[in-house]
Amino acid sequence: MTATDNPLAGLIAGLASSRIRAIDLTNTLSTDFPVIVLPSEFGQCEPFRMETVSRYDGNGPAWYWNNISMNEHTGTHFDAPAHWITGRDIPNGTVDMVAPADFIHPAVVIDISREADDDADFILTRAFLEDWEQQNGPIPPRHWVLLRTDWSKRVGTLSYLNLKDDGAHSPGPDADAMRFLVHDRDCVGLGVETVGTDAGQASNFDEPLPAHSILHGNGRFGLQCLTNIDQLPVTGAVIVAMPLKIKGGSGSPLRVMALVTG
Amino acid sequence: MTMRTPFDKRDPLARRKHRHVPPGARSSALHAMSARAATGRFVLQSCTDCGAATYPPRDACPRCWGSLVWKDQTRGAALLSETVIRTTTDLYFRNHLPWRMGKLALDAGPVAVAHLHADLLIGDRAEMHLVIDKGGNAALFALPAGRNADMQDRQWREFVVPVKDRTVLVSDARSAIGRAIVGALHAAGARLVVAGMAPPARAADLADELLAQDGVQAVPLDLTDPVSIAEGLSKVGGPLDIVINSARFVRSGGVSHGGNLTDQRRAFELSAMGLSRLAQACAPILAARASGAFVDILSANALAPDADFAAYSAVEAARHSLVQSFRHEMRNAGVRVLSILTGPTEDEDHQSIPPPKVTPTRIAKCVLAALEGGLEQSCVGDVATDALTRWMADPALYTREKNL
Repeated sequence: MTATDNPLAGLIAGLASSRIRAIDLTNTLSTDFPVIVLPSEFGQCEPFRMETVSRYDGNGPAWYWNNISMNEHTGTHFDAPAHWITGRDIPNGTVDMVAPADFIHPAVVIDISREADDDADFILTRAFLEDWEQQNGPIPPRHWVLLRTDWSKRVGTLSYLNLKDDGAHSPGPDADAMRFLVHDRDCVGLGVETVGTDAGQASNFDEPLPAHSILHGNGRFGLQCLTNIDQLPVTGAVIVAMPLKIKGGSGSPLRVMALVTG
Repeated sequence: MTMRTPFDKRDPLARRKHRHVPPGARSSALHAMSARAATGRFVLQSCTDCGAATYPPRDACPRCWGSLVWKDQTRGAALLSETVIRTTTDLYFRNHLPWRMGKLALDAGPVAVAHLHADLLIGDRAEMHLVIDKGGNAALFALPAGRNADMQDRQWREFVVPVKDRTVLVSDARSAIGRAIVGALHAAGARLVVAGMAPPARAADLADELLAQDGVQAVPLDLTDPVSIAEGLSKVGGPLDIVINSARFVRSGGVSHGGNLTDQRRAFELSAMGLSRLAQACAPILAARASGAFVDILSANALAPDADFAAYSAVEAARHSLVQSFRHEMRNAGVRVLSILTGPTEDEDHQSIPPPKVTPTRIAKCVLAALEGGLEQSCVGDVATDALTRWMADPALYTREKNL
């Protein structure tokens, strides 16, 4: 069979020859990986927990396995439209109903790492995106928009959640930027390195939590706690993201992979 | 970098010491005495017929065969005679020879044999204490009366848990109670206070003056996570002598309504399962120490539920049960397991409850007193004291009255 009658042959050959590389965008799911902290009025996100059932011992002489528990939004995770009230009536809005065709989409990477380094509360605006397009060309439709903040390099330090006395401080988009990405650029979703698609202080915005609200209200997805975004080209990477098939689930931890050429 | 004081000086190649405990088999009457001694009471049996007090514990009055009841007694006594034990086949006392004991005329009536403080001489007035030995049984100890006795006394230290120069872990040093305990232990001369800090860490933790002191070491510690416990303990340099479990999760709410199941699960995970996880991880470490101890701070709701705090009460009851089992398990290792019962506390956990409430400082004082007196069960504050008294008198009535 040749590449002409089987398009997958090119993918397999590319992977075999390393002309196509797979890059893991997933943080390790460990008990100390931080989870989002909400104001104390609200229920909290449970971190990842693991207790050994047996490890080649009296509880299982030949086998090793663990019981694990976590929130759907713990570690590197996927947000389905039903995660937000705006997406409650979206058809097939829960993780189990995500169409297989949505498991794989191309990505465009927008680098705001310098701005985020200068200002942990950096807000991504429509003006910034339009300026970005002037230099990089238009954001193509049906792409994941990945925000490179280099926030993943802070994992394991206080500055990842960046909890100050007045709450979390991390970068994110405002409502106009989100409307632009969703309505004018038809993004598949927003992928970020931070613990949420929204900025740390986004509950104080005049339109609060715009990334969640606008993405999910329009049937788009979120990816959070990504890493290795700095290894991706501005365009050309293909994201493979398949959430667990949790019945009626609002999201799911998952392995996220990028395929890149060269 | 600052160096901590070495935990103790000894031959680095010396073989690990096998810890023994005093003989455990006792009569039922003595176990009744031990149960009372565990709370710090000084009790003897008194005859309901002739009124005479008697010692050692018996099943009937030795004078008139009348029935006996336990009564709190005056602590005064005079030392009549003394002896020094220089040889024994008992493994525990062999390691502690020579051992001095004496006969005392108790003001309450009987003449009793007791362990002696080194400063106490024949003819001296003494103050009697019922202490719990490392095997868990009551023993009489005579301290010099009317003056500040040296609490570093070699024999006295066998019946209590010294804090000075010891390494102590506080499981939740983020809470008001935990912070007060860290401060009190540091002030009492602990070699190192390891302050467990539940995640998430905040930027402000780095500027916390309590944790920045020499002799205080903050470590991330989450009792819902066995990995975190293992890593937390691994960061303690040298052996650990005492573990104080101050972690808890307090939320109001009922069973059928007003209760949040996520909160209920969290409370069980942290307060009850967390205690088991911590106990499993630190039991072998404590067992290797000469005066290992585990202190758990519990709500008096463990005795009878407060329906407005249904899950919290249930969790504390489970915890109370676990602590008692743990105490039993650790007897053979000579590790003391102490419980502190408290009523509502003056902190964010009990904002909805009016006074009287116990301040965290007072709980910290009680923890130190329990260690320094070797008390298995202490009540801090009027609410807890009242709860225990009423629960012991009539548990069913107390549960009804508490929830009227």
